Amino acid sequence: MEEHRFHPLVLILVPLIALFLQVYLPLRFPSIAILNLPVLIVIYFSVSRRSPIGGTLLGLVIGIIQDAMTHLPLGINGIIDCILGYLAASIGLRIDVDNPGTRLIMNFTFILLASSLHVLILRRLIGIHEQWYGLHDLIRALVNGLVGVVLFALLDRLRQRE
Amino acid sequence: MNRPGCGVSSSQPVPSLMESFLSRYRNPLVLLAIVLAQLLGLAVQVRRPNTGKDGQQTRLVRYWVVTAFAPFERAFLSVGHGVSNTWNNYVDLRHVRQQNQQLQSELNRMRLEQSSLAVDAREGLRLQKLFGFQQQYIAKTVATHIIGTSGTDLSRVLVIDKGSKDGLKTDMPVITPDGVVGKVRDVFPHSAQVLEINDETSGLGIVLTQTRLRGILRGNAAGQTEIVDVLPDERIQSGEHVLTSGGDNVYPSGLPVGTVERVVNDPERNPYVAVVVRPAVNLSRLDEVLVITQTQNTMPATMQQDIATSEQKAADILAQRLPSVPPPPTVGRDGKPINANSPPPPVRPPASLHPDQFTPDAIPPATTLTPGAAYPNQVFPTQTPPVATVHANTGVQTGSAPVQSNLAAPRSKPATAQPKPTRQLKPTEPPTSAQHPKATQHSQTPPHPKTAQEPQN
Repeated sequence: MEEHRFHPLVLILVPLIALFLQVYLPLRFPSIAILNLPVLIVIYFSVSRRSPIGGTLLGLVIGIIQDAMTHLPLGINGIIDCILGYLAASIGLRIDVDNPGTRLIMNFTFILLASSLHVLILRRLIGIHEQWYGLHDLIRALVNGLVGVVLFALLDRLRQRE
Repeated sequence: MNRPGCGVSSSQPVPSLMESFLSRYRNPLVLLAIVLAQLLGLAVQVRRPNTGKDGQQTRLVRYWVVTAFAPFERAFLSVGHGVSNTWNNYVDLRHVRQQNQQLQSELNRMRLEQSSLAVDAREGLRLQKLFGFQQQYIAKTVATHIIGTSGTDLSRVLVIDKGSKDGLKTDMPVITPDGVVGKVRDVFPHSAQVLEINDETSGLGIVLTQTRLRGILRGNAAGQTEIVDVLPDERIQSGEHVLTSGGDNVYPSGLPVGTVERVVNDPERNPYVAVVVRPAVNLSRLDEVLVITQTQNTMPATMQQDIATSEQKAADILAQRLPSVPPPPTVGRDGKPINANSPPPPVRPPASLHPDQFTPDAIPPATTLTPGAAYPNQVFPTQTPPVATVHANTGVQTGSAPVQSNLAAPRSKPATAQPKPTRQLKPTEPPTSAQHPKATQHSQTPPHPKTAQEPQN
């Protein structure tokens, strides 16, 4: 499998822009809060670079920043994004993830997994009684999957040519 | 340097079992180590939240991130506000005059309402002092803009553009003119985080206005606010207003929180029910909020001044709407000046338009009547045409006869008055012994020809 490379600025700026949009856009468009742009960015770079450790570390950094924006203890999103980054990079080593259909299924599955891990961590580790909203989480996963297909196509243009 | 006889393979280090294990499972081991480290961090934070060394370190990471993002959020917000203000203040000015008139009339109405409520408020204050209650008034607020959110539904947190430099502290209430928004959670030098009332970890002491039921309002995972641990009560109806009770020592009492939407069963806290409350504030569409930085037990001077202004304005408004009372006459009917210290003349009813036997002064006093005598000629008072009065302020004409003219009217006026049929007395009736002297004189007068006849209907 081909390992894609990105400019270091892209690796820094794109996650920061995604984090900024995630916290700013819901002010103007509250329904946008259903998106999880930072997780999509973690998935994309992990899949493209095909480095499990790189994906894990990227997930760690983005997850901790996400946690810092909330009032919840640090580490909830950090754990989730680490696991997602690792799994995405592992998948990227084995299958071709440049196909839009594959990307849709992959994003859908990962966002659903992220929701499950959220509920699990909040219930078992934090003690917050978080409910599992099946239909809402399915819709969230589907919306993020569709947005991810478009976003990944845009980010593909930022790859470095060899 | 290789010794003779020694093979190359013997010089190469043989990887140990540990090294091969690490190299083979390096990736999952790194993941495991990072996840374990975060789990430990989570455990420490849950065990000792916001206190001690760990709490400070937690704050430090959060401080860095919020401080790094806040300038960008503030810049984007100011650009957006600049564009919208330019459009609203210089371009989109249609219907502004009409809207201004509507607002003015609404302000007048509110002033009237406020002046009428001020009496109740004073009575309430007097009773509070009597019973030793202490009402908390909002003395000082800081207006802030919302510049960001947490970015996730799991944490209902807003970021505002004022911080500790502006006097904000933890647990200060955050409101809008419509109602309660939340409270300040973490404060940074130039920004702060506000925990909304619909977050799962928030708590708010409330009271229902009609049933006077007290409880705790919390948020749920769906972003709704609900009063938890409530015993089923049929008196709780949808539409009932919910106010802060002040029992949580965070929010002043009496602030609007929302209205009861419905009562639902709480399967996890049987037999309790949950009362779902619709917030008075649209929490997803907030732009500016007020942080209450100071409260006091006495009514603020500005509030007192507002009430006084409203009462004055209300009196002016009422004076313009209602017909004014004419000033008292300074000269009497006889042309002599009226002494202001003299007692006012007795009030008499105005002259009736259609006098009958029940009209005052239509029947002579009983002392002038003679038992057994014929009924005297009945004369009604003169109908005085109503005098048109034009009010100075309203210009409305009202017809009301002055009292003086009625008093001055003659008691009996012959000829023009229509006599009424009188009761015929039997000629055999003997006169009673208790007769008034005047009555005797009346009895000696010849009866009216018509009174001797049968009553004609």
